[in-house]
Amino acid sequence: MSSTACYHCGLPVPAGSNFSVRIGGVERPMCCPGCEAVAGAIVAGGLDNFYRYRDSRNERPEEVPPEDRWAAYDLAEVQRQYVRPFGDDDRQLASLLIGGISCAACVWLIEKHLGQLEGVDKVSVNANTQRAQVCFDPSAIRPSQLFAELARIGYRPAPATSANSEDLIQREQRAALRRLGVAGLGTMQVMMFAVALYFGASSGIETELQSYLRWVSLLVATPVVFFAARPFFSAAWRSLRGRSLSMDVPVSLAIGLAYVASFYATVFETGEVYFESISMFTFFLLLGRTVEMRARHRAGLASGGLAQLLPLTATKVEKGEENSVPVAALAAGDTILLRPGDTIPADGEVIEGESGVDESLLSGESAPRQKSPGSTVYAGSVNSDSSLLVRVTAAGQATRLSAIERLVERAQLEKPRQVALADRVAGWFVGLVLVAALTAFAFWWHLDAERAFWVALSVLVVTCPCALSLATPAAVAAATLRLQQIGLLVAAGNLLETLPRITRVVFDKTGTLTRGEPHITQIELLRDGWTEQRVKDCAAALESHSNHPLARAFRAWRGNLGASELRLHTGQGVEGVVDGERLRLGRADFAVQPTGAAAPEIPAAEGQWLLLADTEGPVAWIALGDSLRPSARGAVARLQAEGLHTELLSGDQSAEVARLAAAAGIRDFRAGASPEDKLAHLQQLQRRGDKVLMVGDGLNDVPVLSGADASVAMLSAADLAQSRADAILLNGDLMVLPDAIALARKCRRIVRQNLTWALGYNALALPLAVCGLVPPWAAAIGMSASSLIVVLNALRLSRSRVGKRPVGNLLPTGQVSSGLISRG
Amino acid sequence: MDSLYFLIPIAILFIGLAVKLFFWAVNSGQYDDLETEGRRILFDDDESGVDVPEQDERDD
Repeated sequence: MSSTACYHCGLPVPAGSNFSVRIGGVERPMCCPGCEAVAGAIVAGGLDNFYRYRDSRNERPEEVPPEDRWAAYDLAEVQRQYVRPFGDDDRQLASLLIGGISCAACVWLIEKHLGQLEGVDKVSVNANTQRAQVCFDPSAIRPSQLFAELARIGYRPAPATSANSEDLIQREQRAALRRLGVAGLGTMQVMMFAVALYFGASSGIETELQSYLRWVSLLVATPVVFFAARPFFSAAWRSLRGRSLSMDVPVSLAIGLAYVASFYATVFETGEVYFESISMFTFFLLLGRTVEMRARHRAGLASGGLAQLLPLTATKVEKGEENSVPVAALAAGDTILLRPGDTIPADGEVIEGESGVDESLLSGESAPRQKSPGSTVYAGSVNSDSSLLVRVTAAGQATRLSAIERLVERAQLEKPRQVALADRVAGWFVGLVLVAALTAFAFWWHLDAERAFWVALSVLVVTCPCALSLATPAAVAAATLRLQQIGLLVAAGNLLETLPRITRVVFDKTGTLTRGEPHITQIELLRDGWTEQRVKDCAAALESHSNHPLARAFRAWRGNLGASELRLHTGQGVEGVVDGERLRLGRADFAVQPTGAAAPEIPAAEGQWLLLADTEGPVAWIALGDSLRPSARGAVARLQAEGLHTELLSGDQSAEVARLAAAAGIRDFRAGASPEDKLAHLQQLQRRGDKVLMVGDGLNDVPVLSGADASVAMLSAADLAQSRADAILLNGDLMVLPDAIALARKCRRIVRQNLTWALGYNALALPLAVCGLVPPWAAAIGMSASSLIVVLNALRLSRSRVGKRPVGNLLPTGQVSSGLISRG
Repeated sequence: MDSLYFLIPIAILFIGLAVKLFFWAVNSGQYDDLETEGRRILFDDDESGVDVPEQDERDD
């Protein structure tokens, strides 16, 4: 493999590939025509500064689709979904969902590039939500041109039709920020007053000034309690109505009672005030929840849902006439025409034509299925090489694609739920504290009725669950941020609690363990005078007009040689003239057909073998295969070293599964599993007591992803897979997985330390308070200090260097260091 | 110590203003995208002709 990396996407440039673009005066190598076209478009727009600004590599773009790919977005009924009038004149505002935004420079590039177009007034892109708002003049530019331009600079545009949920999320985020701001500003002020009061308590203070400081503290703390802490009160109320005790109940109890007591103390100039503790506690809790919420929203927003997998329009054939109709209008019995490269909009039966259909989205199978009259095609798969006439048998909700979606919903219902550790502790903690407070009250009532109320109150305040309720969220928030830094976006809050318990990691094959793209693995020359490079160039020239998935393997050498008279023989191969020589590439019997010779025997090595032949006979064998991600082997080895079982579960039936499993070092593998089989297998494992982490990317993995105890989807995964997974692997580096598990274990350890500390503190303070021995100022300081210690302990997670040293005190010794492989 | 009776109310007035300013900033979408906006200033160094589109302004 060549050592040069593509300047655009960072993938290695294959030897003999001649794509390059002049950027900033220097000729930069490109790995494929797609990257070359995108980089060329960026430079042509005068935006080559993009390459200086960006801080991460771009996604490898698909080849730029033809302009008419986007024509459907101009239809009035489609536009209604994402375009709305804006302002007083005829301006319109389009909401777009843009895939492939990786850093702030992408935002700059998109805004600049679209902003240069005639008729575009204003562009604003939000990298967080991956959405763009484009204000344009419909008389000067069509929406489809916006889509085409976005595709030209290497992004994947789609209409943002789920605008409602986006508004909802935005409102939620803004409300959380406002609360956080009030709590933060309030805390700072009240803290300042509190320091004065602390000093006053130790070195004497005028009663008048003390009372004044208490009143201003009350003034500032009131909005914190009634505005910032409101979500806790409403959540606690919901939980009580549902007859359960979640952590929100003691939290609200603590905030509420401490506030009431302090209020009472301020008004009647007696007792002690706790305003600073309440404010700080509210602020820390809100901070933890906001971090978690932002991560969750970011993952959810990236998804446009299942419908985006289907095209918006279909070509309906009626009495010999072809009409473009919206897919929603299709019904069983209609006849539709599928051109090469079309995504199939509905389930149906082929009535005319023969073609290979790529069903990888549904089955995970890498090789296209050959379809002929009578065979069934499914919505969501892609027609690859020639036109088909199809009679629709099921559309909309009745398709197999929708059936998978329903399977997903079922799997999610059956997903093993896990109650957060803190919530389990909360139940008996609340009970215990209430019992202790009542006992203290009853006891002191007989002893000294005057003091009974204050002692009971100090029990409640001293045992404030601050530290206890901060223990988990603080650690989870810190770990979530750290995971995002190492490349794992956590979407589900309980992932960190589940990960340390995982016993088995199940991988999907295509796109997960492998890159998901065919590569040339081997070339076997059969004729003297030919070089490997010439074979690649000829094959690339022959495949240059093919939509076949395997043709992608030759992309890098396209354009080195030109081909003419290209003819596609469905299911067999291609034929054409290169440099005056008539060549055939494809199945062995097809390639040698004109010579009349018998086909040579297929080499024994693994892979999918294509034969290149000229008029005199066979020239070379080319083996194609999907190659392992470079990080796969190391990641599997490290997972196994940590005592986890690994397994490969694939929908592919070919011998590739066994080969790749062996290459990755996985002993257990299962091939040819349908989405239903995968889910059944998973549930069987779970019944046996395994806790399963599923790593996948395809739509066929979505049911298992939803049903597994924990799930991780690749960034390149189908949108639906991303939205249903607990986490998204941002950089495709599988080594992040063992790191994440190590970090989750560390997080669990810190949560336990925090809980131990919090419970220990309470266990010490409770008896003292019941005996009436805790002076109020000590209670206030103890409360704040115990919260701070918990937060600082949790912050250790955000600095932890995962993956560089053994993190395994939970594992038997000896197993730990043996399999650690340093990261390359 | 008498100055405290005068200074603290002023401080509280300032907090009130700060909160109001913060609410305005949040409501006008300035915190919607925390990653991009901080770096935007670095991008437009040698391009002066084109003006930068504002962050989302159509707020309720």
